[in-house]
Amino acid sequence: MKTSKASFLFLGALVTQLLSWSASATTQLQGAGATFPAPLYQRWIAEYTKANPDVQINYQGVGSGAGIKQFTQNLVSFGASDAAMTDKEIAAVKQGVVLIPATAGSIVLAYNIPGVDNLKLSREAYIGIFLGKITKWNDPAIAKTNEGVKLPNSAITVCERSDGSGTNFVFTKHLSAISPEFKDKVGEGTSVTWPTGVAGKGNDGVTALIKQNRGAIGYVEYGYAQHNKLPFAALQNKAGEFVTATTASGAATLATTQFPPNLLRAWPSDPDGKECYPIATFTWLLLYQKYENAQIGEAVKKFVNWGLADGQKFSEDLGYIPLPKEVVDKCLEALKTVQ
Amino acid sequence: MASDERTGPADHKIGKTKRGPDLFMVLTWVASVAAVATLLWILESIVTPAWPAIQQTGLSFFTSTAWDANRDRYGALPFLIGTAVSSLIALLFALPLGVFIALFLSENFLPLGIRQVIRFVVELLAAIPSVVYGLWGIAVVIPIVQQFGGYLSDSLGFIPLFSGPATGNSMITASLVLAIMVLPTITAISRTALVAVPPTLREGSYAVGATRWETIFRVLVPTAAPGIVAATILAFGRAMGETMAVAMLIGNSPRLSWSLLSPAGTLAGLLANQFGEAHGLQLSALMYAALALVVLTLFVNMAGEAVLRRAEKATAGIR
Repeated sequence: MKTSKASFLFLGALVTQLLSWSASATTQLQGAGATFPAPLYQRWIAEYTKANPDVQINYQGVGSGAGIKQFTQNLVSFGASDAAMTDKEIAAVKQGVVLIPATAGSIVLAYNIPGVDNLKLSREAYIGIFLGKITKWNDPAIAKTNEGVKLPNSAITVCERSDGSGTNFVFTKHLSAISPEFKDKVGEGTSVTWPTGVAGKGNDGVTALIKQNRGAIGYVEYGYAQHNKLPFAALQNKAGEFVTATTASGAATLATTQFPPNLLRAWPSDPDGKECYPIATFTWLLLYQKYENAQIGEAVKKFVNWGLADGQKFSEDLGYIPLPKEVVDKCLEALKTVQ
Repeated sequence: MASDERTGPADHKIGKTKRGPDLFMVLTWVASVAAVATLLWILESIVTPAWPAIQQTGLSFFTSTAWDANRDRYGALPFLIGTAVSSLIALLFALPLGVFIALFLSENFLPLGIRQVIRFVVELLAAIPSVVYGLWGIAVVIPIVQQFGGYLSDSLGFIPLFSGPATGNSMITASLVLAIMVLPTITAISRTALVAVPPTLREGSYAVGATRWETIFRVLVPTAAPGIVAATILAFGRAMGETMAVAMLIGNSPRLSWSLLSPAGTLAGLLANQFGEAHGLQLSALMYAALALVVLTLFVNMAGEAVLRRAEKATAGIR
């Protein structure tokens, strides 16, 4: 009996110990969401907190969907998503939502064909590949636009995302915009079922698959292909030109974006213009319209303001497209509505 | 503790120690109730979010082959089959190999010291983290499968099992790595079972004129069979639940295919891949898939238990 009493006391002490925590003096911001802009946001955070040591910011690249979930559940100070938020998702946030396009990037078709590094793909070709109708690299549809390139008579391994992702959303939106057949068979969405190929988790997973499989092609963010020194195809745009993903061709695409009034949400799913790379997208920061904690709201505003103004210069280095000036102005305006 | 000082020898009378609850018994009670409660709790927290999907898809969840998140259609058949097939192929490779290793380690072909080292190394395979197996699969098995699979599909492609194109990330890649992952489970338990066979049986077998091989295959292995069956079941369970290595190697495809050289998917891989980004009915469908995986493993273990009991009864006479 005595022994049990002592044990309980001991347990009680242990629990008390575990439950106690200390509060800190600095403002802490928690962010979570898309993995695609995560490297840039981390860089922003590092640079920003160096200049403003009274703020601590923590960003977790958990994925766009998870970011929206945590944002809606009020678990973070800001969220991030490549697919912005749908009207239904916005309606679920009672404090109101301000969408801020924070940076942008291109999605490239990276491939692994030994000896080939200047592939050009027509719209017909890349739709056919991702629908599983073109299965060999020396298919006439590919050979037609690659005269002089020695294409192997080997199978194409299509690499895609196994998880839900903003990259999926943007890429399938583009394919659906240019091919009714794709729209009908696969459709657009953050999580789709591809008719062919192998799937990996995250941009890094797909990049790894492309590297592992000879004859592979897959869609990844520009930065991932660049970092891993994977060649990527020049794609035919709406005007019929073959354009490689560069900062300039991506920026040209972004400049064509028409935002609806009062909501900075739009995708240039099939841009006009000769110099436009066909698949580029913004990625969004999700802020609350009204912050319950004024101190946190103010800190988020300051940080995002800095990112829009000073943070853009880090974009190109890390494989992102700096926002066009008109977009930055619109964002700063929208940011003012955050309370 | 303070109470210890007061407990002199005089206190050790039966009447005194029986007073009050026995702390040890209370602790064991709490522990066993907690284990059962945790299992129920886990089941409850899977079933509750799975309920919308159970209501909407019902049993067609197990017969439909379409997993289409953007159209809210969920059929888990390809993943169910992928889970079963990858685990079975893994066993196909691991069972004979594991039993032979176990036999080798339980016989005296080599001095005890060397056998101990081999045994230690095989059991060390179980200590390698799953993700490392995945990396090893990527670095070693995928190139081999690509190379050999290419020849195989070129020469034997008319057989559906080997039809091309051969993909590095495929059913066979995942199964081969799974086979190595479950090998220590099979070896360790089978070896224990073989070592536990009474030496009198072996001596009796020799006495009636059996050779060593006859003794091994007609006396030792049948007697140790319950242990080997148990090993197989545990290995099957481990293979079905294995997530990381499989997700890295199998290609995560929701399409059914006859070919072992095609990508496939498993329930565990599906959960690991899609859970983070899922919401709404998709999340619910994933929970339904998790429930299916739990029930499947439970069923396998129960079936194994039944086999084990029958086998034990059958060999009871000679034990």
